[in-house]
Amino acid sequence: MYPADLKYTSDHEWIRIAGDQGQVGITDYAQKQLGDVVYVELPDVGRAVSQGDAIGTIESVKAVSEIFAPVSGEIVAVNATLKDSPETINSDPHGTWMMTIRLANPAETTKLLDSTQYADVVKQGS
Amino acid sequence: MVPFAGWDMPVEYSGITAEHMAVRASAGLFDVSHMGEIEVAGADALAAIQRITSNDASRLSIGQAQYAGLMMPNGAFVDDLLVYRLAADHFLLVVNASNVAKDVAWIREQIKGIGDAVTVDSSSRYALIAVQGPAARQIVQPLTGVDLGAIKYYWFAHGEIASVRGTISRTGYTGEDGYELFVPPASAPRVWDALLDAGKSFDLTPAGLGARDTLRLEAAMRLYGNDIDDTTTVLEADLEWIVSWTKGGFIGRAALEAQKEAGLTRRLVGFEMIDRAIARQGHPVLIGGMAAGHVTSGTQTPFLKKAIGMAYVPASAPPDAEFDIDVRNRRARARIVPLPFYKRPRS
Repeated sequence: MYPADLKYTSDHEWIRIAGDQGQVGITDYAQKQLGDVVYVELPDVGRAVSQGDAIGTIESVKAVSEIFAPVSGEIVAVNATLKDSPETINSDPHGTWMMTIRLANPAETTKLLDSTQYADVVKQGS
Repeated sequence: MVPFAGWDMPVEYSGITAEHMAVRASAGLFDVSHMGEIEVAGADALAAIQRITSNDASRLSIGQAQYAGLMMPNGAFVDDLLVYRLAADHFLLVVNASNVAKDVAWIREQIKGIGDAVTVDSSSRYALIAVQGPAARQIVQPLTGVDLGAIKYYWFAHGEIASVRGTISRTGYTGEDGYELFVPPASAPRVWDALLDAGKSFDLTPAGLGARDTLRLEAAMRLYGNDIDDTTTVLEADLEWIVSWTKGGFIGRAALEAQKEAGLTRRLVGFEMIDRAIARQGHPVLIGGMAAGHVTSGTQTPFLKKAIGMAYVPASAPPDAEFDIDVRNRRARARIVPLPFYKRPRS
């Protein structure tokens, strides 16, 4: 259900870490709660963020939700294709990245959840 | 499911976009039993309805319905409603779920001196199921002996639907052709299932509150609590077409006449976003950097694929004016456009 190669937050973001960078997206549970995603607002490349900062918004027809930085660092890339096809977040949530963060403090990743722990969070929340 | 005016209502079944598109392309099935029904009957029922509503109920034939405002003395809305003429001296008012108790109390108080007119809350006697979309007639017709083609828009007929005695009304809240079926609550599941079955080959899709809201907004139908309320007059809401200036006195008339004479200071307009953003209810409208109004409804519409909405703006704003909307502390440009956003193709 939740890919084992990703780390998760209790706010329903995931991060795929490779080297000193991580791609960030939202989980299948999050996209189901939101419903049809119609708009994504992404941060500026180059922005420095702290773990837990709001770094974007994601809007569905019925709701608006913030995206929180799973780790501290610098935004080094954003997924520009989401501007025209935000619905890929619904169709492929764990394969659709929104932004890439260069990690400032790799030790923070110990606060993230693995797929089993995240599945438990979802189970308790639903 | 979400709580809504004391009811548990589904926001969506298969997804708002899919449900919305099904209604525009084929048909959607809505359980709108939460809507309130109030009956006013008696020898002076017409006089009572004429006093409390903005429209001219004397123009209704038996079997015909009209949209109207239930008016406050200041020309604003106690509620908005459909007035059905069941008989010469018997009217059915279909009102918003959240306003039923308030409306009943208001109506009783206002028609006290009228004479022979009793007001009854009959909401619990009716379930209401809506079939909306271009395929609606093909779906409902096999389930009833009533000739649906003979029911004109905003008319209704009594008859059986799936062997259940009810009332078939050619009305709706989606901007599409369709029917609203009043049936006894105990029989409603049977009617629902029969419709779903009859609709299989027409892609009939159960639709929830979410799609109901996006559909009505495309059609620019006002939503009480968003676009209209007890502070917005019927003129400000750009609904003068439901005000009868020729029928004589009614509650709110003097205030509306005065407002018309003096000129409006604000009016409800439709807008579409120029910048990529979705304006939502409550977001401030800024003209020249100054607060100049607010958004009453806003969404990204699945069918038109645009971010649209309605807002109160200064009445002096030109019909194609551009303005800013403060979308969560970010300014996004929008432009006034004519209403409705969507008009169904005439068949």
